[in-house]
Amino acid sequence: MAPYDYIVIVGCGRLGALLANRLSGLGRSIVVVDRDEAAFGNLSSEFSGFQVAGDAAQLAVLRRAGIERADCLLATTRHDNVNLMVAQVARTVFQVPQVIARVFDPSRQAVYNEFGIETICPTQLSAGIFLEALQAAPQEGAP
Amino acid sequence: MRLILLGGGETVETVYFLARFFAGRGDQVTVVDPDPAEARALSRQLQATVLVGDGSEPAVLEEAGARQADVLISLAPYDPDNLVACQIAQKRYGVPRTLALVNDPDNEAVFEQLGIPEVFNATRVIGSLIEGQTLFDEITHLFPADEGRVHVTEIVLDREAPAVGRSLRELDLPAGSLIAAIIRDGQTLVPQADTQLLVADRLILIAAPEHQEACLRALAGT
Repeated sequence: MAPYDYIVIVGCGRLGALLANRLSGLGRSIVVVDRDEAAFGNLSSEFSGFQVAGDAAQLAVLRRAGIERADCLLATTRHDNVNLMVAQVARTVFQVPQVIARVFDPSRQAVYNEFGIETICPTQLSAGIFLEALQAAPQEGAP
Repeated sequence: MRLILLGGGETVETVYFLARFFAGRGDQVTVVDPDPAEARALSRQLQATVLVGDGSEPAVLEEAGARQADVLISLAPYDPDNLVACQIAQKRYGVPRTLALVNDPDNEAVFEQLGIPEVFNATRVIGSLIEGQTLFDEITHLFPADEGRVHVTEIVLDREAPAVGRSLRELDLPAGSLIAAIIRDGQTLVPQADTQLLVADRLILIAAPEHQEACLRALAGT
């Protein structure tokens, strides 16, 4: 994995917290941002980074998270549009070198891939894995 | 003109009145509101096509006629929804003009950098109205005309105003400005060069923005 030193993670739900815990455990400086302070309860004892409560769709909140110094931003909230906006702001306004957004809606993902936003679509990923599992499964009782 | 209006929830009233305005002008209006009950109410009250859906979803925009639309106005209550809807409308469906509501004033510049230059921001508009008035109670900025190239301002002369007792000729206002009317004791006068200004006169000033400050200084002393 490329040596990103200062990573901003937007959204501290299951995915965001998991990433924050792992990356923090690897010794990276992590700042997690979430609108809901209760979400920070998802962080484990492995996590030794910072928490910022606020809406990352606001520049002021991203600045509080130290976005100007970040070399990586991961947008993992459950809202596609927030992730897409935050990713673009990080890339275009703050020139963060590595930016990845989670996007659930495959059709929205397709549009943003066209204009160069790196996205991960859990819907596509799980569909692929489901289909693979179906193919690998022994076809019991098949006619 | 074919026009798509997105919004609902906190902005449903604005959506309704704008849709009514454009439909009344003869434009072909399509409204997209994510809330089924709101959408039903809107379709009963409007001469417009009303769809239920998330206006930042490509399939919904397509169904709303984005390919043929001339303008998309995105009025969702949350800024990221408006950004994404406008970007998809523009980039995927080639909508020539997109306008977005922004709540966070910082997002005006952000939206512009991300390719959506036409935004309206209630915080800034109301803020500047209030600022304009509290700086000097006697001055009311009525409206900018011709996309801001001309400002129309109302000024009430108080006792200390430097213009009191002087004629327009003596005041020698900049060439790019005009006192279009004086409202005195409820009567409207069209001033001549030798008209003397009196305490409590209300002046309607028309001036280019670059001359406005000089005019206000000469008239009201601000």
